[in-house]
Order: sequence, then structure tokens, then C-alpha cells
Amino acid sequence: MAIASTWTTAATLGRRNRLAAAGMVLVAIFVLFALFAPWIAPQDPAMINLPARLQPPSAAHWFGTDELGRDILARVIYGARISMLVGSSVVVGSLLLGLIFGSIAGYYGGYVDKFFNVIIMNSFLSFPGILLAIAFVAFLGPGIINLILALCIGGWVGYARLVRAQVLAVKEREFVEAARALGASDWRIVSHHIWPNIIQPVIVQAAIGMAGAVLAEATMSFLGLGVPPPTASWGSMLNDGRSHLFDAPHLVLFPAAAVMLAVLSFNFIGDALRDYMDPRSRIEAGL
Amino acid sequence: MALVEVRDLVKIYQSDEGIFGKAKREVRAVNGVSLDVNAGETLGLVGESGCGKTTLGRMILRLIEPTSGQIRFNNQDVLNASSGTLRRLRRDMQIIFQDPFASLNPRMRIEQIITEPLVIHGRNGRSGKSRLHDEAVKMIHAVGLDEEALRRYPHEFSGGQRQRIGIARALMLRPKFVVCDEPVSALDVSVGAQIVNLLKQLQREFGLTYLFISHSMPVVRYLSDRIAVMRQGEIVELGTSEEITSNPKHEYTKTLLAATPEAKLQ
Repeated sequence: MAIASTWTTAATLGRRNRLAAAGMVLVAIFVLFALFAPWIAPQDPAMINLPARLQPPSAAHWFGTDELGRDILARVIYGARISMLVGSSVVVGSLLLGLIFGSIAGYYGGYVDKFFNVIIMNSFLSFPGILLAIAFVAFLGPGIINLILALCIGGWVGYARLVRAQVLAVKEREFVEAARALGASDWRIVSHHIWPNIIQPVIVQAAIGMAGAVLAEATMSFLGLGVPPPTASWGSMLNDGRSHLFDAPHLVLFPAAAVMLAVLSFNFIGDALRDYMDPRSRIEAGL
Repeated sequence: MALVEVRDLVKIYQSDEGIFGKAKREVRAVNGVSLDVNAGETLGLVGESGCGKTTLGRMILRLIEPTSGQIRFNNQDVLNASSGTLRRLRRDMQIIFQDPFASLNPRMRIEQIITEPLVIHGRNGRSGKSRLHDEAVKMIHAVGLDEEALRRYPHEFSGGQRQRIGIARALMLRPKFVVCDEPVSALDVSVGAQIVNLLKQLQREFGLTYLFISHSMPVVRYLSDRIAVMRQGEIVELGTSEEITSNPKHEYTKTLLAATPEAKLQ
């Protein structure tokens, strides 16, 4: 039933919002790239062919080749793997952390809330997330797991604050009091009564957060703190192409376009979801 | 015999200290209330909005922690009960809420809502889902709804129907004592009358004791054996329905009765 309703939501979104439809199609393409890269890519993304270096787009290499003669189309397709994997892991990881700490702070209130909200969340917020991630990776060394952990550390606070605010509102409602009167445990109240009623804005935040995570991954890889070479990643491709910005702009153009389209798509979907779930705009749409 | 004994119950709300350390302000929502609710009776608790009657009802169920005082239920100390004891006590005392739109979780089906008490108290056990379903069917019939309602969500029902669902949930554990917190105030008069009659009928069927909180004198008089009149956190008068309505002693009770159009008509 959940799957069916997800499809209905997606179909309604797409029909009513062209941008969301475009976003969903693009995300679907990127996900296909990520899942089936070995079958879709024209050649091995790490195959070096020095005689054919820095070639502009042609029939043999649709997106051209980079300074080691590697096929850029293949690398963009494989790069989707890293972007989608890191993006979704970061969103899921931050969401879980945010859900746990936000719920504890919002539900228990008082000193617990003060501790989590005022001390912990605010101190995380006082650092730029990307700076925190850079420090973390510099400390632990590059690698995909460290990259994901580093981005989660900067990303969870946004979810935690949203969850806390929502929990504060929902826990005062009478059905929560009814559950308490029945003797329900705190865990049961939070998992059965509060979470199902706050999940909509959290999903919207996650869709928009996906765009931020893809961008953050590209930034980290651009700075050389992402996945180590020769794994293809959009950010590291941008970094590789930097020195050829003027003589071979296609080195930068295609990975940059990929990052831009991915970020844009998730933002379109997030915006559309927010409009869809906002009761006022739903009433206007006659739902 | 008294099922519920309340002694010197006090609830003080304190406003938070301001940033610049302004003096705290105290509001005495309930100020030294003592009363007994006898087994099998309906005690009406009547008073104007904000007089502390809802706070009193919720403190008896320990949904709000009192500042001081004593509550005994069935000769057990409610306020000093351990969490395990309190959980067991909760089977015997339940609440029906004022707002039937807020008191049901909008994301749960009716069957989940009214079987939740059994799930929480582990009565599903080995017999599992089919027994839960049977219990739900029995209870939904008892409150006058169709079995078909079990598959639906709260927003598909009217206020009166939802209040019936709230009543079904409260009675699922076969409690001895139910706090009815203005259960008909949010409903229109004819629907409210149906709910009042349902409560009366269920009281006979399940042997219930009610604390019936309302600001409406006619409803309280119709349903209650005894009436307690509350004003500004204190009980100003307590007596049988007959005494209170025909021979009120306190000025405030007289004002309340005089303010009731139905009472004037008779």
C-alpha cells in the first residue's frame, strides 16, 4: 500500500508540476547510471589512453577525453554512482541522527532539551558544515566511509532542529495524551504516535537535503578529500579539469553540468513535495 | 465506598523566570481540592472555563503531576505509585476527551486505535490478531458503530462518531473509573444528547464510575448522582444533584443555575 501511494504521489506531483516531472526524470536517469554504470558506460572509466588525451567531443568520445585520455562520458556515468551513493547515505545518516536527537530533545523537554538544543545543536551550527567535514576527513584520511561520516556530522543538525520543532507541536496533541493515559511507553508514543505525524516535512527536507549532499560531495572531491583516484567522481573531475579550463573546457563542462542537473532535480522535487504537502496549497488545488 | 479519594490537591503553575530575572508568577490552578468519587456513581464537576476542572481530572489520572496533595484509587496511592504500578492502575482509570478531532491519531485506522490499549497491556499474547479483531468488533458495536468502521481513518467520521470511537478506546481495558472531560462540549446539541445517553447506557453495561466534567449545568444534572461546583481552583459546593439544583447554598451555584436557560424554562 505504501508503495502504491508513493507512486500515486509521484504521479500527482508530476502531472501538476512540470519542473518536478523534469526533476524526477533526471533523478531516475542518474539512478539508472549509478546502478547500471558498467553496462551503460561506453568504456572503462579508468582506462588511460595517452595518445588520445584532451580530445574534444567526437563520435568516438561523445564528451571528449581528459588529460589521461580517459573517456569523460564513462566517467560522468560512473561519477553518478559516487554522487548517488554518498548523497543518499548522507541524507539517511543525517536523518536518522536528526530523528533520534531531535525526538529526544523535543519529547523530554526541560534540561534534556536545553542540553541538546542549546549546547550541542548550536555548537554544531556555529561551524560551517563543510569546514567540519574538511577537518574530519583531514583527521581520518580520505575514503568513501569517512566522507559519508564527515558529511553526516555537518548535516544532522538541520534535521534535528526540524524534528524537535515538530515533536514539540505534536506531543501536545490530545491523541498523545490519550496514549499516555493508556500506559503506552515513551518509545511507543514516539514511534507510533509522533513520528507518523511529523514525517511529511522531514521527507521534504530530505529531498532538498539530497541536493545539498550531492553538492557537498562534489566540493569535498574537488578539494581532494573525497574518494581517492582513480575512482570517477564529479568533484574530482572538476578538479582534474581545472588546469585545462581554457584549452579544453569540456573537461569541466560535463561534470559541472551533471552536478548542476542533479542538484536542480532534487531541489525541484523538494519544492514540489513541499507545495504538495502544505495543506493550504492542497486546498487551493482542490485535493 | 469511595473508589477515588482526593485530598488537598494543589496544582501551582509557575511562569518561567524572565531573561532579566523578573520575579516568577504563580497561578493556583487547583487550590486544595478534596473529594470522593463513590464506586458506581457519576460525580458531576461543573464550573466556568478556566476554573481548574480539567486540570483536576487530569491530575487524578496523573497525566498532570500535582504540586501537592493525595490521590487514592481503590485504596492505592496514585501519586507515589511506581511506574509498573501506575501502568496497572491505568487499566482501571481512563479518560474521554473533549475534542474528538484532536484525540484520535489521524494516521491510524480505527481498529488500530481501539485495539491499542490491549496491545499496550500485552493482552494480545498468543491468541494474536484475530482475537484483537473480535474484541474491536464487540466494542465498536457496543458504542453503536458498524464493524465496517474499523477499516477507516478518523477523518472519515463526524464529530459524534469520533467521540464514540474515543469512548470505545477508553473502555477497551474494561476500566472501573472514567474521567469524561467535557465529552459533549464540542458536539452540537442533538449529537451531544446521543453521546450522553450512550455514556449512561455503557455505565450500566460495564459498571462504570464517572467523573463527568462539564460547564453545562443541564447535562451534569441529567447524568450525575452528585455534583461538585468548582470556582477558581476550589470546590465551593458539593451535594446530590437534587440538593444542588433545587436548593443551592453558595452564591456561585445560584449564578450558574440562573445562567442556564433550560433551568429557567422549567
